[in-house]
Amino acid sequence: MSTLEIKQLRKSYGSAEIIKGIDLKIEDREFVVFVGPSGCGKSTLLRMIAGLEEISGGELLIDGVRMNEITPDRRGLAMVFQSYALYPHMTVAGNMAFALRLAGVPKAEREQRVRVAAKTLQLEALLDRKPANLSGGQRQRVAIGRAIVRQPKAFLFDEPLSNLDAALRVQTRLEIAKLHRDLQATMIYVTHDQIEAMTLADRIVVFNAGRIEQVGTPLELYHNPANLFVAGFIGSPKMNLIGAVVRARTAQALELVLDGGSVVSVQPGDAAPGAKLTVGLRPEHIVVDPQGPISGHVEAVERLGNESIAYVSIGASLPLTVKLPPQSPVALGENLRLALNGHAVSLFGEDGHALGWTRPQAGG
Amino acid sequence: MKASLAFRIWISLLGWGAALAMFFPVAWMVLTSFKTEIDAVATPPLLFFHPTLQNYFQVNQLGDYAGAVWNSVVISFGSTAIAIALAMPAAYAMAFFPNRWTKDLLLWILSTKMMPAVGVLMPIYLICKSTGLLDTKTGLIAIMTLANLPIIIWMLYTFFKEIPGDIIEASRMDGAGALAQIRVVLLPLAGPGIASTGLLAVILSWNEAFWSLNLTAVHAAPLTAFIVAFSSPQGLFWAKLSAASTLAVAPILVFGWMTQRQLVRGLTFGAVK
Repeated sequence: MSTLEIKQLRKSYGSAEIIKGIDLKIEDREFVVFVGPSGCGKSTLLRMIAGLEEISGGELLIDGVRMNEITPDRRGLAMVFQSYALYPHMTVAGNMAFALRLAGVPKAEREQRVRVAAKTLQLEALLDRKPANLSGGQRQRVAIGRAIVRQPKAFLFDEPLSNLDAALRVQTRLEIAKLHRDLQATMIYVTHDQIEAMTLADRIVVFNAGRIEQVGTPLELYHNPANLFVAGFIGSPKMNLIGAVVRARTAQALELVLDGGSVVSVQPGDAAPGAKLTVGLRPEHIVVDPQGPISGHVEAVERLGNESIAYVSIGASLPLTVKLPPQSPVALGENLRLALNGHAVSLFGEDGHALGWTRPQAGG
Repeated sequence: MKASLAFRIWISLLGWGAALAMFFPVAWMVLTSFKTEIDAVATPPLLFFHPTLQNYFQVNQLGDYAGAVWNSVVISFGSTAIAIALAMPAAYAMAFFPNRWTKDLLLWILSTKMMPAVGVLMPIYLICKSTGLLDTKTGLIAIMTLANLPIIIWMLYTFFKEIPGDIIEASRMDGAGALAQIRVVLLPLAGPGIASTGLLAVILSWNEAFWSLNLTAVHAAPLTAFIVAFSSPQGLFWAKLSAASTLAVAPILVFGWMTQRQLVRGLTFGAVK
C-alpha cells in the first residue's frame, strides 16, 4: 500500500510532446481513474508510472522514493492489460504464480496465494486450463488474479474492460469496485469510458492533449466542471453547451439571451452586460413547462423505457438534449416550452473556464 | 471461382514436370553411384543394370569420408549454435524495443548478404592466414557464423514480432529481467520459430562450398571439399564421383526429411497464424 507522487512529468517523442508537465498526488488506498479521449496521454502516463515508457522530464515518486531510473520489474507495481497479456504457454495457475516464481517464493506459499486469489475471483475450477481455453471474462479475471497474488504497492489498470461485451463489462466493473474495497489497495485505472470513471473512482483525473483538465471526485466534476472540456466529457447524455450573451445583471440575477433568442435568468455570476458566455445545462435539469422561457420544437425523441430523451431545436446550432420521464407525451415536430428546474447551471467565459456555478431563479 | 478441369490438369502436369525435372539429376546421380564405371558411361544411358556397391567401398578407401562428415557436423551445428546465441538478443531488442533506426539497421544487416562472397575472399583469407585459422574448424565456424548471422537475425526478428509486445511487458511487470524474459517467455513462445531457423542455418552451412573450399585443405575439410577432392583426380570416373556425392548429400537429406514438419511449420508460422 503506498502513495504515488508525480511532479512536472513530461514525455516527448522527438519534438512531439505527449505529456506536458503533469502534477498529481495519489493517496494510499485511493482509486484514481484517468479518463480522456483517445490520444490524450492517459495510457502513456500509466505506462510511465509502470516503467514501460521512459520519463523524459520531471519526477515520479512511490512512497517518496524516486522511480525514474528503476526498471518495471523492481517498482513493485502490478498491471492489468487491455489485451490481458496472459502467458499462452502456462496454465491459469502458472500465470498467476509466475511473478512469485521469479521472486523465489517457496512453492507451498505460492500455491497458497494462488488458491486465495483464485477463490476471490472464482477461478478455482479453471486453475489447470490454458488461456486459449478460457472465455474473455475468465481471461480478464486471470489477468486480475495475476496482479492480486503479487500484493503490489499499487494496481495499474489499462482499459481492462474494453474487450468485454456490455453485460460482462458492468459485472466486472462491480467486481473491480468490490476488489478495491476488499484489498484496500491503491489503484490507478485508465479508461475512455466516463461511466466507468464515475462509478469506480474516488477521484477522477480528466486528461486532454497531454494536460490535466480537472481533478476531483465524480460528483465534483459532474456538478462543477472547471471548463468546457470537462463539462462536455463527463455526463451521459452530454451536457448542453449553448452560447449566450449577458443582457442585464442585477444583484439577484443574470439575464442571458441564449443562441436562438430565448431569454433565461440565472443567479448572478461574474459577467458584465454584453459579455459572451457558454451556458452548460444538464439534460435532466430541463423540464417541460407551458410557461417556460425557452421555446423550441421537437426534432427527435428516443424512448429508452426508463426515460425519454428529446432533442429540441431552439434555433441554436445544436438542438437541446432534454431528459424526460418515460411516459412524457412529447411528439415529434411538436412545439414545446421548457424551463430550468432549479438545479445547477454552469457558466463558462470566452476562455472556456467556469465562472463558478450558479442556480437558475424560480419562475425564470 | 472454380478452375476448369482442363486448367487443373495442365497445372498438375506442369507441377509434376517441374518437380521431376528438378529431381532427375539427383535421381540419376544416385543411380549412377550403383553402376560400374563401364555402365556409367554407356551410350545410350542404361536404366537397367546390375547394381554394385563397389564405388562406395572405393570412395571410402580413397578419401576420409568419416572425417569429412565429422567436420561438416561440427562446423554446421557449431556455427548455428553460436549464431543463434548471438542473434537472439539482437532480434529481441529490435522486435520489442524498436527505435527509429531499427528498420535501417535491419536492412543494413540484410544488405551484407547481397555482397558477393568472393569480393572479400582476399582479406578474409589473409586474416585467417595471419591468425592461424586456415584449414581449422574454428576458422570455418567463425566464417559460417558470420555468414549466416544476417538471415538468422531476420528470421528470429520475424518470429519475435509475432509475439504480442503486451506479453513481454506483462513479464517485465511481473519482475522478469531481460534474461528471464528471453528464457521463460520468449523461448517457449518462439520455440518452433527458433528451431526452424536453426534447421535452416544447419542446412545452409552444410551445403556451403565457397568458403570451405577456399579456406580448408585437409584437416578441416567438410563434405563439400570431400566431393571436390574427388572431382579432379576421379573426374572421369562418374560412378565413383556419384557415390561420393550421394554420400555427401545423404546425411543432410535424411536430417531434412526427419525435421521437415518442424521446418515447414516454422517457415509458415507467420503466414497461417
